[in-house]
Amino acid sequence: MSADIKFDQLLDAKGMSCPLPILKTKKTIEGLSKDQVLKVETTDPGSKNDMASWAKRTGNEILKTEEGSGTFTFYIKKTA
Amino acid sequence: MAQKKMTIIASKGSLDMAYPPLILATTAAAMDLDVTIFFTFYGLDIIKKGKADSLMVSPLGNPAMPMPVPIPTLISSLPGMEAMATAMMKSMFKKHGVATIGQLLDMAKESGVKLIACQMTMDVMGVKQTDIIDGVEFGGAAMWLDAAADSQINLFI
Repeated sequence: MSADIKFDQLLDAKGMSCPLPILKTKKTIEGLSKDQVLKVETTDPGSKNDMASWAKRTGNEILKTEEGSGTFTFYIKKTA
Repeated sequence: MAQKKMTIIASKGSLDMAYPPLILATTAAAMDLDVTIFFTFYGLDIIKKGKADSLMVSPLGNPAMPMPVPIPTLISSLPGMEAMATAMMKSMFKKHGVATIGQLLDMAKESGVKLIACQMTMDVMGVKQTDIIDGVEFGGAAMWLDAAADSQINLFI
């Protein structure tokens, strides 16, 4: 188990299918300030690549992606 | 980086065909694209008041429609089959945490997706502007082309 990254808010998007994890992530990160970190948990296997594409396009930075027992965890720094 | 733009023509009014335009529009908005959807012909049903969550899907003429047991085409044409297929698809969506059409439509509006209803189709089909949900603009081919000419992505669905 690696050391957890500090985060400012947690978004539970488990059980949601495309495109909800992305839509909820966007909405939640809009409420954060620049450089704050959002932790997002999903179970949608498509969300791994989707989140990377979304971050690339919106200019936010995924600090770390974790995968285990059907759950995907993303630490996203609001850079935009 | 200049803001990218996308337009979609939504021309179908069945439950299954209402999803792609709304999924792509909401996701594009979440990816900071400027999005316009032009609703025409049967696609108008998606933005009729109170209609978004009562769209139907038909098993008829669709060999890929997942059914609990194989159903002959002739049976698919019987009364009640459409309702059954619709109920089945909705329950599959719900089980997998997929948003409803109504939810996606609300999220599209909330995220600033521009919605245009085709006035010509409305006239032909006897649809009044008061039959359409709030926040929709009314126009024709020129209005879509104006948006499309400045867009990187233009889809006809």
